[in-house]
Amino acid sequence: MKPTAEWPLWEVFVRAKAGLDHKHCGSLHAPDPKAAIQLARDVYTRRQEGTSVWVVRSDQIIASDPADKAMYFDPMEDKVYRHPTFYELPKSVDHM
Amino acid sequence: MTASIRLQLTPDVRYVLRIADTCLVHAQRLAEWCGHAPVLEEDIALSNLGLDLLGQARALLTHASRLEGGGHGEDALAFLRDEHDYFNLTLVELPLRRGGADFADTQLRCFIVAAWLAPLWQDLSTSRDPELAAIAAKAAKETRYHLEHAADWVVRLGDGSDESARRMQAALVRAWPYVAELFDDDAVDAAAAASRLGPPASALREPWLASIRPVFADARLTPPADGAFRSHGRRGTHSEHMGYLLAEMQHLQRAFPGGVW
Repeated sequence: MKPTAEWPLWEVFVRAKAGLDHKHCGSLHAPDPKAAIQLARDVYTRRQEGTSVWVVRSDQIIASDPADKAMYFDPMEDKVYRHPTFYELPKSVDHM
Repeated sequence: MTASIRLQLTPDVRYVLRIADTCLVHAQRLAEWCGHAPVLEEDIALSNLGLDLLGQARALLTHASRLEGGGHGEDALAFLRDEHDYFNLTLVELPLRRGGADFADTQLRCFIVAAWLAPLWQDLSTSRDPELAAIAAKAAKETRYHLEHAADWVVRLGDGSDESARRMQAALVRAWPYVAELFDDDAVDAAAAASRLGPPASALREPWLASIRPVFADARLTPPADGAFRSHGRRGTHSEHMGYLLAEMQHLQRAFPGGVW
């Protein structure tokens, strides 16, 4: 058997401490899920950055198309009324 | 050049130095992979592993220095001894990137040594020496990860492609003659066992076998027959590779005495 293609790419998510959410921190190549977890630990948590690691095959992530950016996200620009701070609350509920 | 130090080698000091030097020299060989591993991710993993071992060596050398009583300190013990005053397993001083050895030898050695250190740390964590017990308890966690990481590589290569299987089996044939030393008792072991400082080397054989057997089975590896050859690094008699390793490892401290970061 000949060495074939490169190892697949994985996205790495690290949780800094209990209670916080996992944050995307980078990617790496690994041959299988277990190796991906181990290498994520070695590459991304060696300075005490984490207490938990997730890895996801990069090709399993469905991303929005950058070409759709204007259509998807620009229309939100002028809709300040979607923020709760846009509304003045009655005095009786000032501790919302 | 700085002169070498001479040590008062009681059995206890020797016992601790055997473990310290095994970690130190193993770390030195792994450090040679820095910047050269087959993939970036494993390059970092091997460096991490080496640094864990170096940390274990530092703690043990500091402790050995205290037991020895000469006030030398960890740096002098690490860098200013002569070859016959190092007591590491011969296995860990053999080249990993030259002389026919390769990445398979590296992962196999990490596995063999981690499977040996794991039961050693476990036994040492109940040593009559509380300092040694504390060092062992901390190291045990690191070694558990090393064992798993290396075992996975042994299986991945041993049960991988024809080429990786051939290389892993060849690595096993190269390493095997040096494995007997891992369990070879002498007076130092007997004294440590009697005084409950730590286990004799022979006590590590059964737990070691129990951890390597299933991994070798999954990796489709067959150890060669045991031979009559015995290495004696733990007694200070080393292979021809040790002098070169020490020359490189000691160079800075000998050329710039007392140099620190």
